[in-house]
Amino acid sequence: MEILVCVRRVPDMSENEIELNAAGDDVERDELVYSVNEADNYAVEEALQIRDRVGGSVTVVTIGGEDDEEVLRRELAMGVNHAVLISDEAFNGSDGRGIATILKDFVRKGRYDLILTGVQADDGAAQVGGMLAALLDYPFASLVNSITTDSGGKLKVSREIEGGNREINEIDLPCVLSIQTGINEPRYVGMRGIRQVASIPIPALGASELGVQTASVGEGAAKVRRVDYFIPPLTKGAEMLHGSREENAEKVLELVAARGGLK
Amino acid sequence: MVGAYSASQFTDWLLPSRNLFLAIHVLGVACFFYIVARRLVPLTRGERDPRFNQPWTRLGRLVKFWLGQWKHPRYKFAGTLHILIFTGFILLAARAFSLLIVGVSEDFVMPGLSGAAGRIYNFVTDYAATVVFVCMVVAAVRRLVFKPERYAVPAKYGKNHTADAVFLLGLIATLMVADSLFAASQAAGEAQQGKPSEALAILSLPWIFQAVIGSMPIATLWALNVSAYLVHAVTFYFLLCYRPFGIQFHVETSLFSIYFAKLERGTLKPVRWGVTDEHLDQVKSFGVKKFEDFTWKHMLDFYSCADCGRCADNCPANAAGRPLAPRFLTTKARDYAFEHYPVFGKANHSKPLIGNVYSEDEIWSCTTCGACEEECPLLVEYIDKIVDLRRGMIDDGNVPQSLQKPLKALESRGNPYGKMEKKRGDWAKSVGLQLKILNGQNHADMLYFVDSVTSYDDRMQSIGRATARILDHVGNNVGILGSAEKDSGHEVRRFGEELLFQSLRDHNTEAIQASGVERIVTADPHAYNALKHDYKNLPPVEHVSQVIARELKAGKLQFQPVDNREKVYAYHDPCYLGRHNQVYDDPRAVLDAIPGLKRVEMKRSRDRSFCCGGGGLMLFYEPKEEQRMGVLRVRMAAEAGANVIVTACPFCMVNIEDAIKVAGFEGKMTAIDLTELVDQQLVRDVSGEKKAELETATCGG
Repeated sequence: MEILVCVRRVPDMSENEIELNAAGDDVERDELVYSVNEADNYAVEEALQIRDRVGGSVTVVTIGGEDDEEVLRRELAMGVNHAVLISDEAFNGSDGRGIATILKDFVRKGRYDLILTGVQADDGAAQVGGMLAALLDYPFASLVNSITTDSGGKLKVSREIEGGNREINEIDLPCVLSIQTGINEPRYVGMRGIRQVASIPIPALGASELGVQTASVGEGAAKVRRVDYFIPPLTKGAEMLHGSREENAEKVLELVAARGGLK
Repeated sequence: MVGAYSASQFTDWLLPSRNLFLAIHVLGVACFFYIVARRLVPLTRGERDPRFNQPWTRLGRLVKFWLGQWKHPRYKFAGTLHILIFTGFILLAARAFSLLIVGVSEDFVMPGLSGAAGRIYNFVTDYAATVVFVCMVVAAVRRLVFKPERYAVPAKYGKNHTADAVFLLGLIATLMVADSLFAASQAAGEAQQGKPSEALAILSLPWIFQAVIGSMPIATLWALNVSAYLVHAVTFYFLLCYRPFGIQFHVETSLFSIYFAKLERGTLKPVRWGVTDEHLDQVKSFGVKKFEDFTWKHMLDFYSCADCGRCADNCPANAAGRPLAPRFLTTKARDYAFEHYPVFGKANHSKPLIGNVYSEDEIWSCTTCGACEEECPLLVEYIDKIVDLRRGMIDDGNVPQSLQKPLKALESRGNPYGKMEKKRGDWAKSVGLQLKILNGQNHADMLYFVDSVTSYDDRMQSIGRATARILDHVGNNVGILGSAEKDSGHEVRRFGEELLFQSLRDHNTEAIQASGVERIVTADPHAYNALKHDYKNLPPVEHVSQVIARELKAGKLQFQPVDNREKVYAYHDPCYLGRHNQVYDDPRAVLDAIPGLKRVEMKRSRDRSFCCGGGGLMLFYEPKEEQRMGVLRVRMAAEAGANVIVTACPFCMVNIEDAIKVAGFEGKMTAIDLTELVDQQLVRDVSGEKKAELETATCGG
């Protein structure tokens, strides 16, 4: 199976103390560290596991600049077969639909049976997967937390629904799936793995190579624009418990049960 | 008796049987060498391991740990039993060989054992055989009736070894009986024939046998004599050839295991011996993934383990119900070696060890506390093997999710929490003194290496502040690296991520060298061990407890008496300060210098200290366990009658403070770091009356 995984480099939220910049329209990026978006990493692991089961190859693609090569190297170290960087100044400032349009043109250049995205980027809005499927006219399943490859030309995918239950759907290939974290346990990429792929050339493709209509992407074409960032004011959301440890434990149980957290 | 002297007097019968005995000898020896040669096959396929240096040191250790049975008395009863058996074997060696040779050359006398020396030797060995025999009986009763818990084998680790152990005890007992009966029948026969004969040692096994059979007809005595000889010879060779199939192989291999044992504490083996860090990129696979990735010495360890269970008995992971017992790491590997390198037939191709022989959780469960290695009478190594297995898992990307985030953070930020580098030195702002940040503009003689947990953890920062104040108080020109410091990488290395460790090490080494300091002090035993053993080309490194003890001796420190006389203190030895670096006395000397401080020892202390739960990355690992090691530890403190646990390690503090809560001792027990206690009791401004008062208190305390 030929699998494409769309990944993205994001500021590592768990490792950073996020501060807003002076203009208030972005976070302070000077001292951020970046990594591959968590859900995308699960998607790559899932792709690798499918490839190892049924054969084929895995390609990862990202849209960005030179800095974004770092995440492609990490995925190469995980074991993907090919990595492609899509990079063009004309792409800067694209909204979700712009990104999906660029990816659509990239997909059309190749031949992929299965396209995976993370369910959502840490700093994103969970829209690219669905739009990409629509632009390609492929079927789409979101929030996928398991994939079974049993019958030819079809996949069984499941997603979690209310109360921890699972819904299983059959989907025709080729298709686009957005992958939920927790679908697998991504393998570790160590220093050694990254060093071993340090010299693998990563091709960079621009608008002309992909045949992207530059008028339909980039800042000019964006119909969704970020206007503000703000930190919500602190409110009195917390209820403090002041009993003994045993009393508090009981009270917590009660509160969780009262809000439907326990069955 | 026998071969040692005038054997020909009673050995006429030997002549016709000589060919039979010769055949037994040749067959026995040939079988033994064949089996041993087959057992050595995997060792020739193992990784290299240079253990041929420092012959005098190694010989010294051989005398101490092998001949001197140094570790055995740590278990009083079993240890005494073993020392008796071992001594008996050593004494009886010449006698047994003489007896074997007499079968083919009746006049043989072991060189040096003729005349009076021979008579004394025979006298002594009559008793030695008796003692060994009694020990066999006692050991068998112990195994069968009392069943010490540490010999039990949980189903997940394989089969119970009791039958094998008792069978071996029976064989040795048979050997002793046959030997004694041979001597007794010979002496009885000679006595009946009126030939001059030596007296057997009174109340020894041969003596008792002689008393029983002394009056039997001469023909019966001869038959007994021949039978005893035959049984002895057959049993001897059977035992010799059977030993390489089980735990008794240590009789042969222990000599080599101990001679080649690891010499340096606190260190780790490199990824591959003989490959420098710069050339590591050329190594195709890291760590141990299949059996042949173990070094030959580590394979020898598998053969040498006597399955005594002392390692597992002292293993905190095992005690906490984690799926790890060092003993079974070894016995499972030995079973694997026996199965895949059979005595007859071809060696099989190897399967990966993880998943087939070991489970992932088993290998991640170890805190590298070193209790197992400290206890092992045969000096079997465990930490290097665990780390090598982890290196293999890291190389395959097989790492628990709980560890991946801190490892990634260590890579990108130099600390496992992912906190910002620029905030690393923030704790120093509230020390109450101007602590220099050694960023190129300041100079200091002494570097306080803080490490991650003390730099970033709110609670542990108190240890940092206390340490800085103490070092300043004793007049050191001290500084910290601040944002230029990264994690020491101690646990990064011990969790198998060698290259990440090396990048942290190289960064810190460069920063320390650039700072121009003359010495380094740390309050974190893990950092101490890393800087001391894992780093190279650094100024001398000390743990703060060593500095305090020295300054105390020099009279530079004075302590106020403790306020609360109800408090009973117990010192908990951190693994990487105590066992791995042998600093036991300095922290205790410091505590004992505080007037009025009442200190008790826990049952498990010093080199038998019990790990609190592990430091560094171990804080992030989510083990499968029945209870926390720390909880077991605080219960030990309570048992000793202590209500304050003094530690000298920030990770011990994390684990023990948590454990006090989990164990329900909140309000009844507290934990304090040695530096915090010293900082709190320190007399800062000593002058006039106050000084006199304090001196009185010191004397009185």
